[in-house]
Amino acid sequence: MIKKVSKHIVQNEPLLFELSSPGKRGYQLPELDVPAVNPMEALGARNVRSKIDGFPEVSEIEAIRHFTRLSTWNYAIDLGLYPLGSCTMKYNPRVNELVARTEGLAWAHPYQAEELSQGCMEVVAALEQALTEITGMDAVTLQPAAGAHGEFTGILMIRALLETRGNPRKKILVPDSAHGTNPATAMMVGYSVANIKSNDRGMVDLEVLERAATEDVAGLMITNPNTVGVFEENIRKICSIMHDKGALVYMDGANMNALVGIVRPGELGIDVMHLNLHKTFSTPHGGGGPGSGAVAVRDVLTPFLPLPRLKREGARWRWNYDLPNSIGRVRAFYGNFGVLVRALAYIMAHGGNGLRQATLDALLNANYIRALLEPYYELAYRAPSMHECVFSDDPQAKRGVRTGDIAKRLIDYGFHPYTVSFPLIVRGALMIEPTETESKRELDLFADAMISIAQEAEENPDLVLKAPHSTRTRRVDEVTAARRPIVRWTPQPKASQAAD
Amino acid sequence: MLTAIGLKSEEDLIAYLPADVRFDKRLAIENGKSEYEIVDYFKQRAAQNANGYPSFLGAGVYNHYRPVLVDTVVSRGEFLTSYTPYQAEISQGTLTTIFEFQSMVCQLTGMEVANASMYDGSSAVPEAAMMGVRVTRRDKVLVARTVHPEYREVLQTYTKHQGIPVIELGYTKKGLLDLDDLKRNLDGEVAALIIQTPNFFGILEQLEEISGIVSQNGTLLGVVFTEAVALGLIEPPAQADIVVGELQSFAISPSYGGPYAGIIATREKYIRQLPGRLVGETTDADGHRAFCLTLATREQHIRREKATSNICTNQALLALMATVFMTVYGKEGLRELAEQNLAKAHYLASKLELEFESPFFNEFVARTDTRSPQRINDALAEQKIVGGLALGRFYPELKHCMLLCATEMSKRQDMDTLAAAFGPKHTQ
Repeated sequence: MIKKVSKHIVQNEPLLFELSSPGKRGYQLPELDVPAVNPMEALGARNVRSKIDGFPEVSEIEAIRHFTRLSTWNYAIDLGLYPLGSCTMKYNPRVNELVARTEGLAWAHPYQAEELSQGCMEVVAALEQALTEITGMDAVTLQPAAGAHGEFTGILMIRALLETRGNPRKKILVPDSAHGTNPATAMMVGYSVANIKSNDRGMVDLEVLERAATEDVAGLMITNPNTVGVFEENIRKICSIMHDKGALVYMDGANMNALVGIVRPGELGIDVMHLNLHKTFSTPHGGGGPGSGAVAVRDVLTPFLPLPRLKREGARWRWNYDLPNSIGRVRAFYGNFGVLVRALAYIMAHGGNGLRQATLDALLNANYIRALLEPYYELAYRAPSMHECVFSDDPQAKRGVRTGDIAKRLIDYGFHPYTVSFPLIVRGALMIEPTETESKRELDLFADAMISIAQEAEENPDLVLKAPHSTRTRRVDEVTAARRPIVRWTPQPKASQAAD
Repeated sequence: MLTAIGLKSEEDLIAYLPADVRFDKRLAIENGKSEYEIVDYFKQRAAQNANGYPSFLGAGVYNHYRPVLVDTVVSRGEFLTSYTPYQAEISQGTLTTIFEFQSMVCQLTGMEVANASMYDGSSAVPEAAMMGVRVTRRDKVLVARTVHPEYREVLQTYTKHQGIPVIELGYTKKGLLDLDDLKRNLDGEVAALIIQTPNFFGILEQLEEISGIVSQNGTLLGVVFTEAVALGLIEPPAQADIVVGELQSFAISPSYGGPYAGIIATREKYIRQLPGRLVGETTDADGHRAFCLTLATREQHIRREKATSNICTNQALLALMATVFMTVYGKEGLRELAEQNLAKAHYLASKLELEFESPFFNEFVARTDTRSPQRINDALAEQKIVGGLALGRFYPELKHCMLLCATEMSKRQDMDTLAAAFGPKHTQ
């Protein structure tokens, strides 16, 4: 039975371009207080364009209705549980949004004098310090714009260090359970990728690792807890195998929400790692960005951190560009500062004890879901779960119902789907991460929905296969979209518009 | 809940972790703060900054007015708190706005396809260079010294370990890319030339001449922009093969350097070489128009080490801000806004001596004579005005120069004050 949602009216809305009519406007500029300039004279006739063909022309109320109507076609954390595994879709506190808009911070220009930027620099320093404490590492850079950008930064540093030792080496080892960004990152830094097969418990196989760890290997990229939500219990041994061969260990911190306050990667032998501030530290995903991929390192890599670095001089902060071993700039300016403000506000609201409590609550919620669903779905691995649990669709697949179908049916029950078909090492994976911010009531509703779908898969598989049934948009034809890509609006002749 | 799991306390959830991996101390982070204390802390930090000063800084980050509607729209939880739109059926809001964004970026740049946005303008530049290398199967990249200096630094960081040599090209006495230097360095190995227009000095580059030279050589032309408002007025870089840029000007606050929204746009024939997210139009099971992420076979989660890039996010919320901005100003407004910027900058420039005599949009290089750029900026700071960028930091040969920017936000009175700070002869 569907308990969380019932149908209601949804507004239709055309594209902006179809809504436009000539001469409509929703803006008012002030009167010029200086003489007007003729663009043809100032820029030269050949440099001046005509008005932009196809650009919108709508009134203010049409604009606000347009975007408001579109917004109602989205699912969001504000509407309910968003159990995407590995994505850590937790509540985004609104005070973070408010403080990020504080005028003297939001309108600070990156090139205004350091004397006039001390407040911003203090925020950066405070967050660097907090993240250093949380990770147990020695230094943090807040430059990278996203997790994958952090991976790139981290692997570049490994390469730079090995070059100073005389040989950058050739390969990066990546477990077959890893996120796709890991191998793609290694390639961007000029390394080839060797995949490491996981053992039957979903963990790194020490024997396989020992064989793979040759003198050619620059490093290992490891996710811990790994993408099946299991803590790599041999992590210390793994690090020492790599270190014995002169290689380094990169930790993908995508799953750090399972560790804050209970495990510090810096104490395990990890050399470099990234944190997704948009996961663990609650900054909003915004439909796919902005993120921030802070990178933490141990002392051995500190000289290689990207430019610039904060430096304390007496009572004031300075940006230091004089770092001869640095890998250089990975982006302009100093990182996604607006995201950093939000992450610091999150850490301040929780405090050290609150952060640890959040981790325990995340583990509790994931294990609760696991316990409720285990009788109905096949658990991929028996090992204890941390912040997420992974099932396989094997029992349902016998009736022709796959993980992607169950996910679509979940939409009818008022939930966003879990992560589908990842990690690749689990056949037909259902990867579920509830996060700590969900109530028992919401978790129970979700479990009820999943159990009900398992029954539907047995009794009426067609119902599941054709889902979703109650959404404004039914199952979307992604194959045609890729085969015949239409990626921008173009004016249609009148006849075909009528057919639409 | 613990009972359902078969445990007695939350601590039991981690009891199985080996003792040598557990952190059993307390994090040295102060106890949790109330909402009031958090708001107060950030207000105090803001008070340490140049809070509310008029500013004449540009150099890649511009001070434009943000229409109220922008914040209204992006504050909606349905946009703010949703994930990447993988599940198309319940993400049509985000997908539709991205499709509109891609369409408007094409209209703005004269390109045929644009992706769903990049981290920022600077990191889009190496992505364009790598795309040029993939398309041409050549390995060298040329970049004009008139491209934003920090963008060039990022390009060097990215290309260093991929076997892509990057050569920087000089500029003329008019502040333009030196075409002779370009011809000297152009050979059969050059995959792409990257230029910026309006360039870092605010000057419009000679696109037609440049594109004529490189296209004969089979080299792709990559054009960068940092001031998107200029595209309301100047001819779009339709000669380019790849356009990358920064949309910070479109309602995204300077925010001390980020987050911003970069773009990458190109010709239809290169679509499969584009990095990043792309939204396409299709239909749903009932035959209605629908949108979804498409051409994912370029991307890391499918292709892993063979992907076009490791990028797995765009800057959706910031792209949405730019989309709302473009909607509010629209066809008439973006033009009028650009014309106001042109007028303000030319008013300010008329009071100063320019280093380069070339057509400029809303930024220009002013020469200082008796007072150094530093001294001028210090004097302005005392009057609670943020001056320009002292160029010596990036161009030692221009250490007597300052890059200044005026926008629709610049008031005549403040411009007069700024000019006066250059010395007595600039007070008229």
